[in-house]
Order: sequence, then structure tokens, then C-alpha cells
Amino acid sequence: MTTVTSPPSRPRNKGRLFDWKLPVGIAVVGALLVLSLFTGVYDVFGAEDGGEMFAITRIPRTIALVLAGAAMAMSGLVMQLLTQNRFVEPTTTGTTEWAGLGLLTVMILVPGASITTRMFGAVLAAFIGTMVFFLFLRRVTLRSSLIVPIVGIMLGAVVSAVSTFIALQTDMLQNLGVWFAGSFTSVLRGQYELLWIVALVAIAVFVIADRFTVAGLGQEISTNVGLNYNRIILLGTTLIAIATGVVTVVVGNLPFLGLIVPNVVSMLRGDDLRSNLPWVCLLGIGIVTVCDLIGRTIIMPFEVPVSLILGVVGAAVFVLLLLRQRRRG
Amino acid sequence: MITLKGVRKDYGGEVTIGPVDLELPKGGLTALVGPNGAGKSTLLTMMGRLLGLDEGTIEIAGYDVVETASKDLAKIVSILRQENHFVTRLTVRQLVAFGRFPYSKGRLTVADEEIISRAIDFLDLTDLEHRYLDQLSGGQRQRAYVAMVLSQDTEYVLLDEPLNNLDMRHSVQMMKHLRRAAEELDRTIVIVLHDINFAGHYADRICAVKDGSVVEYGTPERIMTDEVLTRVFETPVTVVDGPNGPLAVYY
Repeated sequence: MTTVTSPPSRPRNKGRLFDWKLPVGIAVVGALLVLSLFTGVYDVFGAEDGGEMFAITRIPRTIALVLAGAAMAMSGLVMQLLTQNRFVEPTTTGTTEWAGLGLLTVMILVPGASITTRMFGAVLAAFIGTMVFFLFLRRVTLRSSLIVPIVGIMLGAVVSAVSTFIALQTDMLQNLGVWFAGSFTSVLRGQYELLWIVALVAIAVFVIADRFTVAGLGQEISTNVGLNYNRIILLGTTLIAIATGVVTVVVGNLPFLGLIVPNVVSMLRGDDLRSNLPWVCLLGIGIVTVCDLIGRTIIMPFEVPVSLILGVVGAAVFVLLLLRQRRRG
Repeated sequence: MITLKGVRKDYGGEVTIGPVDLELPKGGLTALVGPNGAGKSTLLTMMGRLLGLDEGTIEIAGYDVVETASKDLAKIVSILRQENHFVTRLTVRQLVAFGRFPYSKGRLTVADEEIISRAIDFLDLTDLEHRYLDQLSGGQRQRAYVAMVLSQDTEYVLLDEPLNNLDMRHSVQMMKHLRRAAEELDRTIVIVLHDINFAGHYADRICAVKDGSVVEYGTPERIMTDEVLTRVFETPVTVVDGPNGPLAVYY
């Protein structure tokens, strides 16, 4: 080898994670969460049972914001790596719609099913749907980056139409509407605890982060460095399905979150997955919390579903990303 | 040594590669040349186990590329395809670091960092190591990819048309880097080349592929003749004496 020895101060691959920005980010998101704890019509300080109401609604709601925000943002990131496409996430690939269909199917087949059973249905359907999408992508060699989300959104529309049809036939249309409008309103103690499962998913993503990054370089590079590409795809799909399925059952549809967050982080920090993950989580939590706060205060004392706010914000960012991509050529 | 025995690949109907029998010795630089669609890249990708074979065996350093676990092969042979387009925004250093994946599984040690630095320096990318790939020119990016496979520290390095889209200066630079890698780092390099004159000047051995078969294999002196090149490329070729060795003239 060459005799050039690098000076000891030469920057390495690690060390970018713990700089001053991360604590600042954590502080900002923390402040938002505190704000979320104390936002609401019920006077948790004045009323006699204020403390109890606080524990029943505000704390669960805030925990749910953290878990759902982080999970959907990470699912989007993993999905973007596995498809090598910046425009996919669970709501632009039909994964969420499949989860909804699974949920509906369980509701019809097992009337009065527990939330755990419903979750299994949603996760299973989300997994099948995502696999269908990935297999389709493999067959289609022409991977224009814009065709991929278009196909996904089409697929999602078809699945969603099937769900609507079934719901019409079984008189469950209203329930369907409520589930799909993602909202943290109904997150109460005793009903949201399943969301902790996505915390496990988040930990798994942290552990496998490097493999996902390698998979993001494509099948050939992955094989070259000895990574079992198909196994990683399967693993990633499983994690995405679990996160999306659980969030869909407990909260509902959170559109565009998985799309905006990884793209913004990537634009600002590049794509070193391991050091980006905390940021992806933070930004996911931050955005979903802000949108939820807006939803809770905009027509007080009533609430607007968070999915509505997210949809508006997300669509705007999506268009911006498209324009930026076009400029870059 | 890379040994191919009765290697065949069928693409349904007329297009067939092989059967190919070939032995590439350890060390030096071997160039695969031939007309478009002859099967050079197919042979290379099969050697690098990115593509399965329909018949026959390929052994690299005694390891069967189909039977041996992919993660073990990754320490023996590395392969770089010509089309590399990433959606991930990586810096040069981050990309080169992935060459260490077979050893570190992503958790880089001090020794890994040292090897990464050396690979970057070797390809003159020291000043660019913290630039993003999408901020580099085509030639610089190509060097970054080669640095990645060099940091993988494998005895055998397979490169599919690394001069693609490079201008004269960058092509020459790349070939010099590869020659140095073969000589100073003791790598065995197999490379698909389009320009026969690059092969004639920089390679130790030339393997001419045509219609899915190896038709000629030998030293540049043997291959760089009017008769052989005209036959292989199916176009009149005259070899003249240039200032630095034989030159094929075909226009």
C-alpha cells in the first residue's frame, strides 16, 4: 500500500451523531410534547379530577404521538432504502390501505374482536400488501422514480376501493371513515398500549441500520459485500408491516409523514443512516405533534383529525420535492 | 486463480453463453474484450456470483462461487458493475467504508478506518473524501467506486467497464491506478474493456470473447495482430507500431 499515513486528526466515519444540534433538537421536541400535555379543553389543574384526566388522556396521547410519529417516519425511511426510491412510504405504496383492509376483514369475520386480534389482521395484510408491491417492483425493470409511487398510490386506491365496497355491504362505512382519518382523539389509557410494539420495531431498525443502508445501494452492491439481499428485504418488510399495522389500528392513517421526514433529514445531513435515525425519529415526532396541536386548537373546543393537517402539509412538501428533483434533472 | 469449467448461461432461444472453459492465473490484470453482446459482462457477473450459471462451475481461489457462502466470498472477490446509481446521498468516505462491510458488518474498527483512508488516498480522493457523490464529476465518482472495492481488500477484483463515460485523461488515470493496484497491492484484476488499445497497453493478458465463447486468450502481443482483431471484432483492423507499443487502427 502507499506509505501515506493519515494524520490522527483525520475525520472518521463516526462522530457526527453527538454534536450540539441533537440536544437542541431533543429540547425543542420535548417542549412540544410538554405543550401537548397541557393543551386541551379540560382544565387539568383546576378541576377536581384533573390529575386523573391527565393520566387517562393527556399522557397516553402524548406517548402515542411519540411512538406513532417515530414509527411512521422510520418506516418511510426503511421503505425508501429498500425500494431505492425517495418517493415511497407506507401511504404511497398501499401499505396503509392494506392494513385497513386487514382490519376490516377481521372486524367482519370476528365480530367483537379484541384490539390485539385486529392488530394481527392489520399487520398481516400490511405485510402481504407490501410484499406484493416489492415483487411488482422487481418485475418492472423500468424504475422511473416517479412511476413507483404512482403505481403504489394506484394499488392503494384499488385496495381502498375494495375496503369501501366491503364496508358498504356490511354497513360499516362509518367505522371505516373513522379509522382512516388518523386521529389521536380516541387515544386513552387502556387502548393505546399496543403502540409500545413499535418501540421494539424502532430498536430493531437501529440495530439493523447498516444492513438497510447497504441494501439501499442495490442488490448487486449488497451481494458483493456478502449481504443476503432477499433476507434484508423480507426483514424490512416485516418491520414496516408491524409498524404500519399497529399505528393504523391504534391511530389510523398518518399520510406523508414517512415521506417528508427522511427526505428533509437526507437533504440536510446526507444519508448516513445510523447517525440520521435519531433525527428521523425526532423530526417525525415533532411534525406529528405540531400537526396534532394545530388539529386540537384550530376549531377549539372541537378537533380536526391530525391526518387532515398532515395531508395538507405533506402534499405541499411532496410537490416541493418533485420540483426540486426536476431541477436537479 | 479463477477457473471456469463448462460454464453456460441460456437466455432462452438463440442467445447462449458458453460453454466456457478458462483459467485466469493469480496476479496481474486480465482484460475481457469483444464485440457488444458477446457475453463479457455476463461472464464477469457470473464470476462475481451476481448471476447464476445454468451449467458448469466457477472457482475462485479454490472456492466454488455458487456453493461458498456469499459473506465468505465477499472477502475473496469483489465486483463492480458499470451502472451505479444510488438514491442515497453518501459521502466518498461513507461509500468507501461499505467496502469494509464483510469484515465489520457496519461497526468500523480503527483498522477498518485505516484501510478506508488508504484506499481513498490510493485513488487520489483525499481532498474529496467528505464530498457527496452527487457533487463529484463522473471520473471522480468512478474512482470512489473503485476505492470501495479496493477497501474490501479482496485478492480478486472484477470490474465491468470502469472506463465507461470517462474521458481520455480519466481513462488513463483509472488504468494507471488499476495497474498500480495489481502490482503494489498484489491484486488479481479482471476487467471488461471496450477500447482494445487500453487492453493492449495496460493488460497482462487479453481474453477475447465472441458469441458467448472465449475465442482467443493470451498476452497482448499475441492478441494485438491484424488477423486476430479483425476476426474477433468483425471489422477490418490494422495494428501499427505506436511510440508506446502496438496500436489497433480501425477507422
